[in-house]
Amino acid sequence: MRKAFNKTLLEIAREDSRINLVLADIGYGEIEPFANEFPNRYYNVGVAEQNMTGVACGLGMEGNIAVTYSIANFPTLRCLEQIRNDVCYHDANVKIVIIGGGVSYGPLGVSHHSTEDLAIMRALPNIVVMAPCDIPEAIAATHAMIEHDGPVYYRCGYKNEPNIHNGAIDFKLGKAITVEEGDDLTLFFVGPIGIEAKKAAEAARKRGIKTRLVSMHTIKPIDREAIVAAARETGKIITVEEHNLSGGLGSAVAEVLADEGALDVKFKRMAFPDIYVGEVGSQEWLRSLYNLDAAGIEKEIYAICGV
Amino acid sequence: MGYGKYKEFADKIRKDCLYMCNVGASGHIGSMLSSADLIAVLYEKILNVDPNYPDDPDRDRFILSKGHAGAVVYAALAEKGFFPKEWMGTYYCDNGKLMGHISHHVPGVEYSTGSLGHGLPVCCGKALALKKQKKESRIICLMSDGDCNEGSTWEAIMFAAQTGLDNLTAIVDYNHIQALGFTKDIINLKGLTSKVAQFGWGVVDIDGHNYQEIEEALSHLPLEKGKPTFIVAHTVKGKGVSFLENTVASHYAHISDELLEKALQEIGD
Ligand SMILES: [Mg+2]
Repeated sequence: MRKAFNKTLLEIAREDSRINLVLADIGYGEIEPFANEFPNRYYNVGVAEQNMTGVACGLGMEGNIAVTYSIANFPTLRCLEQIRNDVCYHDANVKIVIIGGGVSYGPLGVSHHSTEDLAIMRALPNIVVMAPCDIPEAIAATHAMIEHDGPVYYRCGYKNEPNIHNGAIDFKLGKAITVEEGDDLTLFFVGPIGIEAKKAAEAARKRGIKTRLVSMHTIKPIDREAIVAAARETGKIITVEEHNLSGGLGSAVAEVLADEGALDVKFKRMAFPDIYVGEVGSQEWLRSLYNLDAAGIEKEIYAICGV
Repeated sequence: MGYGKYKEFADKIRKDCLYMCNVGASGHIGSMLSSADLIAVLYEKILNVDPNYPDDPDRDRFILSKGHAGAVVYAALAEKGFFPKEWMGTYYCDNGKLMGHISHHVPGVEYSTGSLGHGLPVCCGKALALKKQKKESRIICLMSDGDCNEGSTWEAIMFAAQTGLDNLTAIVDYNHIQALGFTKDIINLKGLTSKVAQFGWGVVDIDGHNYQEIEEALSHLPLEKGKPTFIVAHTVKGKGVSFLENTVASHYAHISDELLEKALQEIGD
C-alpha cells in the first residue's frame, strides 16, 4: 500500500505544484522518485519529527500543501503537540502520513506498532482521520486527502495488502463503503485488517449468516448514517480494527449509537485489549494471537448471532 | 537620529502591559518588560506590517515564540491601530478579546504560541515557502531563554542552517531567568551565541535595551549572506520597574492596584 500511496502522491504532485514532502529521514526506497523529480519541494529535516511538523505547518500556512511522512508513531505521537498547537489549531494545510498502521511492522516491536493513533488523532479538532483498507481505497484516499483543505491524518498500510473491495469504489471522505450487503449483522472494519473480516463474513455466509461488511475508511468525521442504519436494519454490530480498544473505530461507533439512541443493538468491539503487543511475530501471526484473524472474527459472528 | 521615539513607544508598551496584567490579575509581566524595547524597535521601524492590510502577502512575518509575553505584542499592535486600545481592558477577562498567550485570533498576530519551542520550526517552514516565492518578506522569531531549552528549537536551528534560510532571524530575549529560577542554575545557556554560530548561523550579541544596538542589528539582515541570523539580546527581566527587575518572582508576579501605580510612576509620562 505504501507503494500505491507514494506513486499516487507523485502523480498528483505533477499536476499540483503546491505539494511539498517533508520527511524526517524515513522512506528509503520509496520517496526517491519524488525527491528526484521535485528537489525544490522535498525536505528531509533529519531525525527531528517536531521540526518536521513545524516546518510543514509553516509551509502549509503559506500557500502550500505539506505532507509529512514517516512510520508508525514517529510523525504523530513524537510531535503530537506540534500537530495540536501548530497544525490543527491553525488549520494549516498539512497532511500527516504514516506507513505501517497497526502491527504492520509486527516483529520490529512495540515502538513500531501504531495501536493508539486513531484514538489520539481523532481527539483533535480540525483534523480528518483516514485509514484505507486496500490499494483502491489508498489511491482514492490520497486524492481525497489532497483535495481536502486542512489537516488530514492518513494511516497507510505497509505492503502486500490484498484487495477487499470487489470492484470500483465510490470513495467520499467521511462516507463508509459497503463491501457486501447483508441484514443479519454489520461488520464495520477500518484498514487492511478488513481482509480478515471479509474472510470471516464469507465463511459465515456459507452457514447462512448474511453479514453487511462495511469499510469505515474515515474515522473522523465518521459516517453516522451508516452506523444508525446498521443498528436499525441489522440489530447487531461488530467492529474490527488493528488498534487498541480505547478510542478507535469501536469507540467511535459506540459513541454514535449512544448519541443517536440506537442502543437496542448487540454490539462487540474487536481490537487489541488495551495492551502493548509485546510478543514477537508477523502482523498475520499477531492478529491470530489476539483473535483478530478471520477465525477469531468468525467466532464472534456466531456468538453475536447466537448460533 | 534620535532614539527618543523608541523610548516613547517602549514606555507606552510597558505601561499597557502593566495595565493588562493588573486588569487580568495575570502573570508574566517580567517576560513582557524584558522584551518591550525589542518590540518597540520591531514595530516602530523594522517590521513591514500594516494595520490597514494585515494579511498583505508581502508583509514580514513576526512570530512570538515566547507566547506567555503575548501582551507585549498586543500592546504594540493596539498602539499601532491593529485593534481598539479598549480591548486591552479585557485582557485575560471573561469574554475578553485578548487571551493570555498570544493568539492569531487577534488582528495583526501572525501565529499562536504558548508552549515553548514551537515558534522557530514554523518560522523555518514560512521562511522556506517565502524564499521559494521570491518574496522579500523577512521572518522574525522572538524567543525566550526558556525556548532554548526545548529540543525542537535546536532541531530548527540545525535545519535553518542546513537550508541556508537567510530570510530568517531569531532573537533571543536573554533575560537569564526562567519560570523557576536563573537559567545558569537550571540549564546554563552560557556561550549560547558561539554555540549557535557553530551550528552555522550568523550571530551577534546586543544589549536588548539599547535602541541603537537593536536598530543596528535588525537593519542589516541577514548578518551573513546565506545564513540565518541569531541575535542574542541581553536583557533584564522586569526591565523598567525597579521592584521587578532581575527577579524570579517577576515571572508570575501579580500587579495589584498599588503596584501598578508605583510602576507607572517609575516609567513616568
Ligand atoms: Mg527568560
